[in-house]
Amino acid sequence: MRWIFPTVLLGLLLAFPPIAAAMGLEFYQGLLTKIMIFALAASSLNLILGYGGMVSFGHAAYFGLGAYTVAILMREGVTSGWVIWAVAVGLSALLALLIGAISLRTRGIYFIMITLAFAQMIYYLVVSFKQYGGEDGLRARRPEFGLFELNDTTLYYLTLGVLLAALYLLYRLVHSRFGRVLQAIRENEARALALGYPVFHFQLVAFVLAGALAGLAGVLMAHYTQYASPNLLAWQQSGHLMMMVILGGVGQFWGGVLGALVLSLVEEILQDLTIHWQLGVGLILLFIVLFAPKGLAGLMRRGS
Amino acid sequence: MKKLVWLMVFLGLMGFSLALAQPRTVKVGFVSTLSGGGAALGIDVRDGFNLALRHLNNQLGGLPVEVIVADDQQNPDVARQAVDRMLKRDRVDFLTGIIFSNILLAVGDAIFEEKVFYISPNAGPSEYAGEQCNPYFVNVAWQNDNLHEAMGQYVQTRRFENVFLLAPNYPAGRDALTGFKRYFKGRVVAEVYHRLNQLDFSAEIAQIRAARPKAVYAFEPGAMGVNFIKQYAEAGLLREIPLFLPGFSADADVIRAVGRGMVGIYNSSQWTLELNNPINQRFVEDFRKTYNRTPTLYASQGYDAALLLDAAIKAVGGDLSKKDELRKAMLAGFNSTRGPLRFSPNGYPIQNYYLRQVIQQPGGEIVNRQVGTIFTNHRDAYVDRCKLR
Amino acid sequence: MPPSLFIEQVLNGFQFGLMLFLLAAGLTLVLGIMDTINLAHGSLYMIGAYLTATLVGVTGSFWLAVLGAVLGTALIGMLLELSVLRQLYRRDHLSQVLATFALILIINEVVRMIWGSQPLLLSTPEALSGPVEILPGLYYPAFRLVIIGVGLLVALLLFWLVNRTRVGMWLRAGASNREMAQAMGVPIKPLFTLLFGVGAGLCAIAGAFLGPILAVQIGMGESILILAFVVIVIGGIGSIKGALVGALLVGLVDTAGRAFLPLLLSRVASPEVASNLGPALASILIYLLMAVVLFFRPQGLFPART
Repeated sequence: MRWIFPTVLLGLLLAFPPIAAAMGLEFYQGLLTKIMIFALAASSLNLILGYGGMVSFGHAAYFGLGAYTVAILMREGVTSGWVIWAVAVGLSALLALLIGAISLRTRGIYFIMITLAFAQMIYYLVVSFKQYGGEDGLRARRPEFGLFELNDTTLYYLTLGVLLAALYLLYRLVHSRFGRVLQAIRENEARALALGYPVFHFQLVAFVLAGALAGLAGVLMAHYTQYASPNLLAWQQSGHLMMMVILGGVGQFWGGVLGALVLSLVEEILQDLTIHWQLGVGLILLFIVLFAPKGLAGLMRRGS
Repeated sequence: MKKLVWLMVFLGLMGFSLALAQPRTVKVGFVSTLSGGGAALGIDVRDGFNLALRHLNNQLGGLPVEVIVADDQQNPDVARQAVDRMLKRDRVDFLTGIIFSNILLAVGDAIFEEKVFYISPNAGPSEYAGEQCNPYFVNVAWQNDNLHEAMGQYVQTRRFENVFLLAPNYPAGRDALTGFKRYFKGRVVAEVYHRLNQLDFSAEIAQIRAARPKAVYAFEPGAMGVNFIKQYAEAGLLREIPLFLPGFSADADVIRAVGRGMVGIYNSSQWTLELNNPINQRFVEDFRKTYNRTPTLYASQGYDAALLLDAAIKAVGGDLSKKDELRKAMLAGFNSTRGPLRFSPNGYPIQNYYLRQVIQQPGGEIVNRQVGTIFTNHRDAYVDRCKLR
Repeated sequence: MPPSLFIEQVLNGFQFGLMLFLLAAGLTLVLGIMDTINLAHGSLYMIGAYLTATLVGVTGSFWLAVLGAVLGTALIGMLLELSVLRQLYRRDHLSQVLATFALILIINEVVRMIWGSQPLLLSTPEALSGPVEILPGLYYPAFRLVIIGVGLLVALLLFWLVNRTRVGMWLRAGASNREMAQAMGVPIKPLFTLLFGVGAGLCAIAGAFLGPILAVQIGMGESILILAFVVIVIGGIGSIKGALVGALLVGLVDTAGRAFLPLLLSRVASPEVASNLGPALASILIYLLMAVVLFFRPQGLFPART
């Protein structure tokens, strides 16, 4: 019985593009693509934030780096999608390794602030390159994948595939020994240390993996908007991803997906209703923090 | 479940037939800067555009108009999302409204790819004037360099030995100083670019003081202009080193904010309050009556954007699918607040540029008065590089 | 480089640093004593500026307006503490970040509803709108000198309050060991509300004095908030002295970067490139400073907690 709902959902997702094309709803196909991209980015953040207890306030750095890698490589004449993907994910992982290796020496508020500091440095660095658009962002043409042409519809299926693969990977990971140790460290770091676990290495591996996945999400975002914006690197973007995770449920497996879906929909709907839509978003978030600390996933679990 | 599906199909068909039955409307997407430091500009363009629609009985070329307004917050990313929504969801026939060149350059490709006309009421980047000129782009205001070329010409005739140049670091800022230097032949002491939307000019003012130039030319639109001129006066420099401005930094919006400090300043504009034609007189009078403030050049540009659309749609008899004819009709010109306005093949206007001076009238009111003509029938400098004919 | 230019830029850095200090002081105390991250601190700065701009219109006097804005913002700050922030003291940092992020959104929109989307106009008081000759041949805007004076005065007052008064003693006790302070009978709850009000008042002073130089607009609190956080992390959380040193460091580095880096760079590159790289490098410099400080002193320069 419990497989019926996911199967139906998957079927609907697979069938959506032809339906959208028939009914002139391409805009909503784009919206779904965007939501799936955010779901990927938020799920990657949930790995370190929820399962690892590492409150990174700089996740936008990898997200934006992924997008800018696409834009810059395409501009420099590298047109193979596979090469661009590999470089983008590799660079994001490398950046996460660098930032993680330094930041994970600190704890608490200092960790939050140092991850923010690194993300801000990346932001200003990117913005200072006028030949790559500076504060105006850079056009990111869609690369060639050989097997298929990347258009709005293939991108939709590509994103769906990547999201499913990433979720499978994350699911296996958090239910493995690695995942259990990560959560043990979150609960009681001193005890994990005393038990002989290399805490720093476990945390760093999770941090790098999350960075790489966020980079991949950034790549997809660049394919979607065909544009790399400095907004993707800004601290508000880090906050936005954090909002999704917390809204969905910190350390709940579906937290990232749920948060991305609900927040994006709420924003989309409120934006149409009123220019003061941010007031609604703010009130909902505040309500969630004060009255539903486990997020929507927590609420649903309690309900069932 | 099945019933629900049939109901939806039925409703969908009904909606479709309703859409067919209705008379054709013109959908205009209006993306502009309506909040933050550049808001005064966007609001003036919007109010000018709306006033024209009112004068045209909410019709463009005889078709009823629907205007969809969005605020780009002077952020390229926000603008892209708004434009995407208007092109793909609302399926607008025309887009207009953008103030800042960097925003326009961020969304231009997406608009042109959909073969939708963009009528620029302000931003006139050099990029779209030369090699990258586009058949779907028409600018009713000016090319970015133009007002600065006029000021360069004027400062040149005043025979200042040297001049200090200041502008924000974005496409229009770079166009501005390029335009100024095209006609000013004296020495440039320094050419300083600062961050767009910077509000504290203490560092730049210290640099000006140390450089001791004979004159300063600054392109600072919107809130930047208000802040720069106020701080320039507060530093005591206004009395020592004369300041020259393009019309953007000396129009009614800046005068309202800065006040008496502005009196005496010379500036350039393609439009003035006094231009003697019936369209302009009606525009100025009704704008004052409707919005209770003096119109700026921005407002006149918004007004003209609507007049251009009206003339072009009328010329093709309301058939918006005739894209080539539409373009021809637009470039053929129309009667604007500046009199009959003609265009170059790259979609930029050929027009006069005037010298204005801020003066205090006997009643105490501070206004920007036309005191001369700098260029007549002036074209932009890039048109020869445009392949369009 | 002429010495007058150098002096003028140092004064500019000082002026900006002191205003940053006003923001950072409240933030560092709230974070050090209540262990609460308050992203909405910048919103109080914005509220202070809006109240000042409005009250100038009503009273016609800049100084009366500042007084009213400080009191009004302090009141709003205390109301925020009583209604929302109090619920967050015992929660983790994550919830605090999200809840106060939500507050930013809410306050921004409420301000937009009341005052509109366009920036408000706040002029320097007429008497201070000219330059003053501080050294022979060196003129400096009078209003900016006043800002420096006010900043120094408030800093002195704060040091006196924290180091010489009973309330200050409680605060220091709370910052170094909360449980101990509570056991010794320090009235924590009203103290926190009061502290929050003082922090909000300091924000309002910064907003009132920076308003005429910058612009009174929505979102003005967010960019400066991040800088204030950098300041207190460099200085050491919970330390007023750290906040002052950190603020002046950041103010000077930022101004120096904006003023001198383009000059230096313009010798080797075109004006456009120089003015691109200069401000970006200056901004990076600030965060680099913070990362380096944290790398060598993970608790900041003057850690309050022992």
